[in-house]
Amino acid sequence: MRRRRALWFWVFVGPFAAGLALFTYVPLLWSVGLSFFDAHNTVTPTDFVGLDNYTAMLKDGAFTGSLRTFLVFTAFIVPVTFALSLALALMVNRVRRAQAFFRSVFFLPAACSYVVAALIWKMSIFNGVRFGLANTLLGLFGTDSVAWLSTTHPPWYWLVIVTVRLWLQAGFYMILFLAGLQRIDPVLYEAAAVDGARPGWTVLRHITLPQLRATSVAVLLLLVINAFQAFDEFYNLLSDARGYPPYARPPLVYLYYTALGQGQNLGLGSAGAVILALIIAIVTVGQARWLRLGKSGEE
Amino acid sequence: MDDGLVRAGRALRAVVLVVLALLFLIPFYLLVRNGLSSEQDITSPEWAFFPRELRWGNVRELFDDPSVPFARSLLNSALIAVATTLGTLLLASLAGYGLARIPYRHANKVFYGILGTLLVPAAVTFVPTFVLVSSLGWVSTLRGLIVPTLFSAFACFVFRQYFLGFPRELEDAAQVDGLGHWRTYWLVVVPNARPVFAAVGTIVFLGAWNSFLWPLVIGQDQNAWTVQVALSSFTTAQVVRLHELFIAAGVSILPLLVVFLCFQRWIVAGVERSGID
Repeated sequence: MRRRRALWFWVFVGPFAAGLALFTYVPLLWSVGLSFFDAHNTVTPTDFVGLDNYTAMLKDGAFTGSLRTFLVFTAFIVPVTFALSLALALMVNRVRRAQAFFRSVFFLPAACSYVVAALIWKMSIFNGVRFGLANTLLGLFGTDSVAWLSTTHPPWYWLVIVTVRLWLQAGFYMILFLAGLQRIDPVLYEAAAVDGARPGWTVLRHITLPQLRATSVAVLLLLVINAFQAFDEFYNLLSDARGYPPYARPPLVYLYYTALGQGQNLGLGSAGAVILALIIAIVTVGQARWLRLGKSGEE
Repeated sequence: MDDGLVRAGRALRAVVLVVLALLFLIPFYLLVRNGLSSEQDITSPEWAFFPRELRWGNVRELFDDPSVPFARSLLNSALIAVATTLGTLLLASLAGYGLARIPYRHANKVFYGILGTLLVPAAVTFVPTFVLVSSLGWVSTLRGLIVPTLFSAFACFVFRQYFLGFPRELEDAAQVDGLGHWRTYWLVVVPNARPVFAAVGTIVFLGAWNSFLWPLVIGQDQNAWTVQVALSSFTTAQVVRLHELFIAAGVSILPLLVVFLCFQRWIVAGVERSGID
């Protein structure tokens, strides 16, 4: 009987587990292996170099610089997206008429790809020429045109990068917050009103935000993980036929060019991927611990 | 409570919402406007909100342009998105059901093994997975684009959570009727779990259609380009025909907008029940 249950368990779970093992665990292990070899253009290298790839990677200013880029990017995008999506949710939640309309409008960009969004930003809004939308608006105030994507002092390109992601993602996180808001027991608000709390800031601080804690934790975690994965908008906004500018290179963009660019240095790229995977795992677990994820409401 | 103040607050909120809604819609407008303009209209020194004429012929021009394998890339994207969605639904729902409902001594270990892969984001494994896929000889093939993405730990997790909360009575009745696990699953469980299939399906479809890094890495040959890779290759090219680029982008989001507007309810439901809170 027990044997038969085990058999059925593997009939259901087996294909998925085998595929996951093959396409996640095997590549990871292979990558760890490759990272100890000198592997140019080959996946079966013979030249063992020990930790050389790792030390090369950690000494490489471009790689550590890419980690710094990621930190700056995260420091921008996480709080801003969090605040905007929460604000949208609070407003949409209290709208009486046309709630579905506003929800759809803010959520609609989630259907767009980074490639398409980057195209609109790069070629139409922030194209850096006088007739671009942003520069036309600046012109109305008598300000000179800005070459948005190539201005590094001050770093105007950050404005372009951050607003793309904001437009694409805020609606998605708004949906999460809306779901959280709708789960709050109205009795809490009634009790607050009886106690004389005025609607607005006080209620928001003492009832709404504490009740949204679980959602907020989840949103923060997702935001950080997604920031780590940033690739599409950087690549599509900043690279052109001449290549990629040396600034604003997040880790994945750097790895892409290292491993699959001209040199095809798979050993070095693998070492970078392993380092990045470790950082992400540590940050995710640390963040989950710190925010005490899963302590409440889990089965 | 001051009534006037409340009303003023409400009006302010309405104004802010309308302004934000317009800001969120402008990029869509620009996409359509540029796509239906002539090249000269897009780059005219005076920025005009409305193009001088709408050129629907741009659509035909895009598909007639022999230098751009756009129709091919659309077809590739459609094949990939449909295959990925169906495959993911099948594999992940079976696994989720097994994990939630078939008692097995090591089920928890298997579950944590699956959950652990969520800690390593797919984007970080693109180098090692490329290594594996290229050693299989799958570079620039649809196989290479589809198969490695079929095993979504996220989808499996959502299905497991859903089936944990599934009413047991239905399955019990099926067992009494002498159905085994397999037939119970297909005849009783799946028909009653349509909402979660729709939710996960739409999320997977959107993700597959929009994904960029993996198709960029694997689609080295033009014949294996997805629509996202094709678009990206125009934007980074030296010579760009702007109106063609924008109409291509517009065409590329049309299928998604349809899916999105039809299934929005399911996406919301799926996002809400994705077990992240």
